[in-house]
Amino acid sequence: MTPLLDVRDLTICFPNATPVRNLSFGLAPAEALAIVGESGSGKSLTALALMRLLPGAARIASGRVRLDNDDLLALPEVEMRSRRGRDIAMIFQEPMTSLNPVLTIGRQIAEVLQLHRGLTKAQARREAAELLDLVRIPNPERCLDDHPHRLSGGMRQRVMIAIAAACRPKILIADEPTTALDVTIQAQVLELLDRLRRELSLSLLLITHDLGLVGQWADRVIVMYAGRKVEEASPGILFERPLHPYTRGLLAASPRLHDRLHYRSARLAEIPGNIASAATQAGCPFAPRCPDRLARCRTNVPDERDAASGRRVACHVDLTESSRGLHHDAALSY
Amino acid sequence: MSNIQRIGNTFRRTILQAIPTVIGIIVINFFLLQLAPGDAADVLAGESGSATMETVAALRARFGLDQPVLLQLVAYLDNLAHLSLGYSPRYNLPVADIIGQRLPGTVALMATALVIALAGGIALGIVMATFAGRWPDRLISIVVTLFYSIPGFWIGLMLILLFSVKLGWLPSGGAATIGADVSGFDLLIDRARYMVLPALSLSLFYIAIYSRLARAAMLEAQAQDYVRTAAAKGLSPLTITVRHVLRNALLPVTTVAGMHFGGLLGGAVVVETVYSWPGLGRLAFEAVMSRDFSVLLGILLLSSLLVIVANMTVDLVQAWLDPRIEAR
Repeated sequence: MTPLLDVRDLTICFPNATPVRNLSFGLAPAEALAIVGESGSGKSLTALALMRLLPGAARIASGRVRLDNDDLLALPEVEMRSRRGRDIAMIFQEPMTSLNPVLTIGRQIAEVLQLHRGLTKAQARREAAELLDLVRIPNPERCLDDHPHRLSGGMRQRVMIAIAAACRPKILIADEPTTALDVTIQAQVLELLDRLRRELSLSLLLITHDLGLVGQWADRVIVMYAGRKVEEASPGILFERPLHPYTRGLLAASPRLHDRLHYRSARLAEIPGNIASAATQAGCPFAPRCPDRLARCRTNVPDERDAASGRRVACHVDLTESSRGLHHDAALSY
Repeated sequence: MSNIQRIGNTFRRTILQAIPTVIGIIVINFFLLQLAPGDAADVLAGESGSATMETVAALRARFGLDQPVLLQLVAYLDNLAHLSLGYSPRYNLPVADIIGQRLPGTVALMATALVIALAGGIALGIVMATFAGRWPDRLISIVVTLFYSIPGFWIGLMLILLFSVKLGWLPSGGAATIGADVSGFDLLIDRARYMVLPALSLSLFYIAIYSRLARAAMLEAQAQDYVRTAAAKGLSPLTITVRHVLRNALLPVTTVAGMHFGGLLGGAVVVETVYSWPGLGRLAFEAVMSRDFSVLLGILLLSSLLVIVANMTVDLVQAWLDPRIEAR
């Protein structure tokens, strides 16, 4: 099946750094794809690049982002503007500051309806109330005239989702949508996103650093490290048998309920070093921190290749599943 | 709470705070003026050139200036309680009449200057913020720094030199063409022609302040998350600026503009003198020179009321602009 969104060789540059390098992935209709990685891995920049909303100094050096046979990166700005919010919508990490404090909720939702769907003010207001109902905000009529400061963080994120879903976009990008929320609210918001995905059959691109979310809410996971994709698999397989040394490290470093090695009884595993060490690498960016590195890891960047059970991985090490997994049974109980 | 209700609450709170403020201003001003050497009788006697001690004493007795200070204060407050501003010994007219003649001119001048300053300042601020760091920003920045540093009277004189003397486009002083028999739209045009230069010289200083302030506020608002949200909605840069950035950026500007209202009245003294504008500023100056304290007190009371009203307006405007501000 041809993907709805096809990203090829996306490279993002700052004047003195390249935070995303040759990233390729596809997103099928109604699929939920998660991009996970630690801070600085380039996942948020990737999301912003898809919207062409990169901050001032950042620039898309090369790549293609195909949506509906159009290369989004090649569209004129005016044309791109008409796609934002209509075909491809985005919600952000900080619900507390992502809404304009001086405008009513109703106005902020109606705005996008009037812009892309040409509704009148009255129609947009009615539709906005329905959207608030869709994202399960109690008393939607009253909420329309409220200002954002009267709403809790979880409610504001629901409003953000209502705005994003207003024009029934094909793709919804959620950049760390629950990071600023507390745990019970997190689950509600993700459940809402998942329900909308099914009801509106939109594709969801979930950007997160929280591996715990991925297993439950994503169909497929891309693990990024220092601007590169290191592994791509379905979450079940990834958690059961992580291939890439970085993925294995990440999973080993996650505290889990059924672990023998609970952080109360033993130290939590860690990946030695930090992501800054990737900047100076000629070869694999993870090489300085990798427990399994070979001589050529220092000099050659590993290509992405197919591995068993429909997964892709970028690593020089011989990653047969039998040789992995066994001594990493810590990951099994995920 | 609805918008109307919210603004109504702010209004009530401000009114309640205004009453003690006004009383305090009257009493303090009264005692302050007593500190000035000499009184109206001295000045009148001095001007007549041939006053005897007896005439001066008679003048004092007539104006009540021979009474103890506290009694004078009580008499003044009694007058005020009866909604009278007292009587001017010099003009031989009720103070309310004298001020009434001058008030419209000054209020019109100040309002026009404030509108020019706000409109010009915010517009320049938007341009500067839009081109931040590039040449339009730098150029305007230099120009407004000049506005800021050049004194008002000098700007007034230079404007007269350019527009009245050299170009002959605008009148150099006064508030209306003397003896002109015009009405309706022509009257408005006539008044506006006399208003342009004084209002402009009064406002240039404030244009400088508001443009820098608006620039900073715009830049800060532009960096907010909700602006990124607006961009992600697919709004055009113009819509984002007008609808999402500007309104948030206006808040600090309105605060400062309200505080400047009193200063504007002070600046009016200079500008009214330069343009021989028949306004309160010049009246106040003349009242000081002739020790006409009842007129001066009337003006001070009125200007304090103006400042209070201006602050109240700012409170209301802010309550309207920013829903987070609520009556406390």
